[in-house]
This record gives sequence, structure tokens and C-alpha cells, in this order.
Amino acid sequence: MEHLIDIVLLGLLMITGFAIVRMRSLLAVAMLTSIYSLLSASLFVVLDAVDVALTEAAIGAGISTILILATVALTSDEEKAPRHTPLLPLVVVIATGAALIYGTLDMPHYGDPTAPVHRHVAPTYLHDTPGEIGVPNVVTSVLASYRGYDTLGEVTVIFTAGIGVLALLGYRTRRRNSQGPGNRKLVVLRVIAKLFFPLILLFALYVLFHGDYGPGGGFQAGVIFATGFILYALAFGLGNAQRIIPHQLLRIMAAVGVLIYAAVGIESMLLGGKFLEYRVLADDPVTGQHLGIMLIELGVGITVVAVMLIIYYGFVSRLHSGDM
Amino acid sequence: MMDLVLDVLSWVCLLGGAIFLLIGAIGVLRFPDFYTRLHAVSICDTLGAGLVLVGLMLQGGLSLVTVKLLLIFYFMIFTGPTAVHALAEAALQSKLKPLVDDREP
Repeated sequence: MEHLIDIVLLGLLMITGFAIVRMRSLLAVAMLTSIYSLLSASLFVVLDAVDVALTEAAIGAGISTILILATVALTSDEEKAPRHTPLLPLVVVIATGAALIYGTLDMPHYGDPTAPVHRHVAPTYLHDTPGEIGVPNVVTSVLASYRGYDTLGEVTVIFTAGIGVLALLGYRTRRRNSQGPGNRKLVVLRVIAKLFFPLILLFALYVLFHGDYGPGGGFQAGVIFATGFILYALAFGLGNAQRIIPHQLLRIMAAVGVLIYAAVGIESMLLGGKFLEYRVLADDPVTGQHLGIMLIELGVGITVVAVMLIIYYGFVSRLHSGDM
Repeated sequence: MMDLVLDVLSWVCLLGGAIFLLIGAIGVLRFPDFYTRLHAVSICDTLGAGLVLVGLMLQGGLSLVTVKLLLIFYFMIFTGPTAVHALAEAALQSKLKPLVDDREP
């Protein structure tokens, strides 16, 4: 049965991939990429990687679709006809694909318990997590504690991306805040958005603070939080959304998140441990781990929300029609 | 006996949902213009997915799974029609004319 689901999902992925290549309308391609992400998210659920699935669904199918649509709205929604024959690129792609497939031949079989990836550090993490960290979700303990340095790097990458978008797009303050198009026409959308906005934020907080026990964590929560605000901005206009979270506040928040993360590391150094060694944060090592993970997840969440909204504001403030 | 009734009911719902999804998919492919296709899509969102969810709820019995399915049902029933309505409204605003039959009856 599971094989059937795998085959259907992978088949749909392939069809979507071909459709993306064949399409000339970039608007349709944007929607197809969203479908592609949703299919990959389902595939991750089948593979029991629920945390990754949640991330893929929130980022791939949610936020990036909106950002791609905003880009398409800013540029052109038709792909230009290629000026040269696609023969050489085809050869390059086929050669690369063949080389990659050749490379996988030496890899251990899928699900092989003796594969190196299952014998290196994974058993230690699985074995030590209940005693050392006391968190049921091992993904969170690996991500936030054992591999805390990597996650700090990731948050810094996101922060840098936000700065990059700010530097490239900037942010245009409009003279008059548009309220979105014809108020009466949007009544249904606005009522439903009002109904769901608090629920989305509540769910984001749940994902953030429940990350120890279930799938979720700072990255997913940040993105879900940001989608809530984007929904609000779509229904009520950018001006109203900025009355809740102004752009200046976002810039500060993006930096504060990274700072919280790094400060937890430095605090643990001041208390006599190593950088990001959470167990010195409280008297009891396990409580210290909980506290540290909670704090850094909070930092990650704040940075992710801020950067996502900075990018969104950056794009949308350039759309003159002002209804996005 | 009760189990059998529930099972039959749930399968009726599941199959009904599948049929409505199929009808919606055929409609999207076969209908002539944007608005009629939207009409087909909205059947998938509400009746199709809704019946499948009800069928799954009957399978789940009184458990946490059913509560989650109920929540999904609630979200689908609200967001699906809203999305379709917003799409139709956007199409109308960008001056897409509905296809009308001009022939005399």
C-alpha cells in the first residue's frame, strides 16, 4: 500500500516537473511550483519526516508561492521565447543527470540499516536524547541542541538574506496608504480573513512552543506567523498590516532574533560551559536544556517572521496598484 | 451490527466524495470558460473533500483523530468557497466576461 502511495506521489511530482518546463505562463508555473512543494511535503510525511514536511508545506507551498507571484506581478507573466536552440542545455542536463544517477549506484539501498548515515552519530542522538535533553521530539533536540551551531548558522543565513533583499529592493514608503480595491467587493474575504487571522497566529505559537513534543519549531512557526500577516495584508491592504507591524520594527526584530540565539550561547559561556551548552543555564541540566531550546527557538522564530515580512513588504511596496 | 452500519456509511461517504472529486476534475477539463470551471472546482473543495473527511471521521470513531478531521473539515468548508469567491471576484475585476449563451430560446 505504501509503495502505491510512493509511486503515485513520485509520478505526480514528475508530471508537475514536466508541466513546469513546458509552460510559458509564469503565473501558472508559480502555482505549479506550489503544487510541487505540496507533493514533496506529502512525500516527506510518507517518509515519516514530519518536521521537514511541515517546513516544506509552510515555506514551499505557502510563502515562496506568494513571493514568486509578487515577483511575477512586478516583472512579466510571460516567459520569453528562448533565443537559441535548447540542444546544448539538454546535453548538459542529461550528462549531469547521468553522472548523478551513476553516483547513486554506490549508495546503500533505501532503508538499509547498515548504511553509514544510520551508524555514525544518529544512534548516539537517539540513545542520549531522553536522558540528556528529555525532549520527546529527537529532531528538535538534534536541531536545537546537538547541532546548535549549524542552526545558528542557518538563522544567520536567513538574516543575511533579509538584509540582501532590503539592499536590493529597499522599501518604498507610499504617500497614501491604499486600502485595497473596492471595499465592498472584498467583504467575504475580509470576514473570513478576520476569522482565521487569530487562529493562524495561535497555531504558529502552538507550533513554536510545542516543538519539543511534536513536529515544529522556530522555522515553521515563524513562517506560519508570517503567512497570517500576509493573509491580513492581502485582505486589508498593506497600510493596515503595517499599522500592526511597522517596517522599522521588522528590521529590529530580524536582528533581535539572531541576537537572542547568540546571547544564549554567550550566556552559557559566562556560566562556565561551552558556547551553546544549555545544561549550565539552570541548576538541573535537563531544565537547562529545555530553557536553552525554548529560547533559541524563540530567537529563530522572531528572525524568520521578520525576514519573511521584510521580503514581502519589500516586494509589495513596489507594486503601484497597491492591491496585493 | 453497529460497526457494520458505521462501516457501510463511511464507505458510502468515501465513495461519494471520490465521485464528486472525479466530477469536479472532469468539469475543470470540460467546461468552456473560467467561471464555469470555478463552479466545478468548488464542488471538489466542499462536497468532494467534505464527504471524504466525513467518511474518515466515521472510520476514526470517537478519538483525537476525529477531532482533528473535524477541524480540517471546518477549515475546508470556510476557506474553499472563500478562495473560489475571491478568484471569481478578481476575474470580474480584471474584466473577464462570463461566457453567455446569446441564442434566442
